[in-house]
Amino acid sequence: MARTHDMGGRPTDEPLNTQEHALADWEVLSDALHMVLGRKGLSGADRLRRAIEDMPADDYLALSYYERWAHATETLLTEKNILSREEIDRKMAERAETWDIS
Amino acid sequence: MGHLVTAAFKAGDPVRVKADQQPGHIRTPAYVRGKPGWVERVHGEFRNPEQLAYGRDGLPRQPLYLVGFRQTDLWPQRYAESPRDCLYVDIYEHWLEPVTSGGTRPQ
Repeated sequence: MARTHDMGGRPTDEPLNTQEHALADWEVLSDALHMVLGRKGLSGADRLRRAIEDMPADDYLALSYYERWAHATETLLTEKNILSREEIDRKMAERAETWDIS
Repeated sequence: MGHLVTAAFKAGDPVRVKADQQPGHIRTPAYVRGKPGWVERVHGEFRNPEQLAYGRDGLPRQPLYLVGFRQTDLWPQRYAESPRDCLYVDIYEHWLEPVTSGGTRPQ
């Protein structure tokens, strides 16, 4: 049985969207963060993929490409106790207030 | 790349992809597992990504091959295009087993 991400050849009725699309700033930042963490020995393509593939299937299917990257980066950093879930949530709440996002 | 003394296969060798169901991060897509093919090219030796994925050093390096498959072998009931069509996948050595007759490259 293939895992959720291993979709090659799986039948689907969904049309494939092959259009080019612009990246949002946060998506570019997610990529940059991954590169920086790689330089510091805290992430890497294989580790990021492992963390993405370990996501619960419902989360994996609900998230966009770079949302998965952000999710996996959070997993890698909390696994290593570099950040805690509480620290991330606190900062997110601060940012939401700063930017007036409800 | 240099040293390929440990490579078990050479270009043209028939192979079969192991049908293993390993847990965790693996680098061999489900649709080629258990399928017959042939070694198209030896890429070289690389750290094992299935170990790197868990923060280990990925050593010893694993030979990596470009393995060819006939589309009609991959999708026996579904592939309606030319029987000469092939698909190529990078596969690490520990996923391959030797066979006397594997997939055959269209001549």
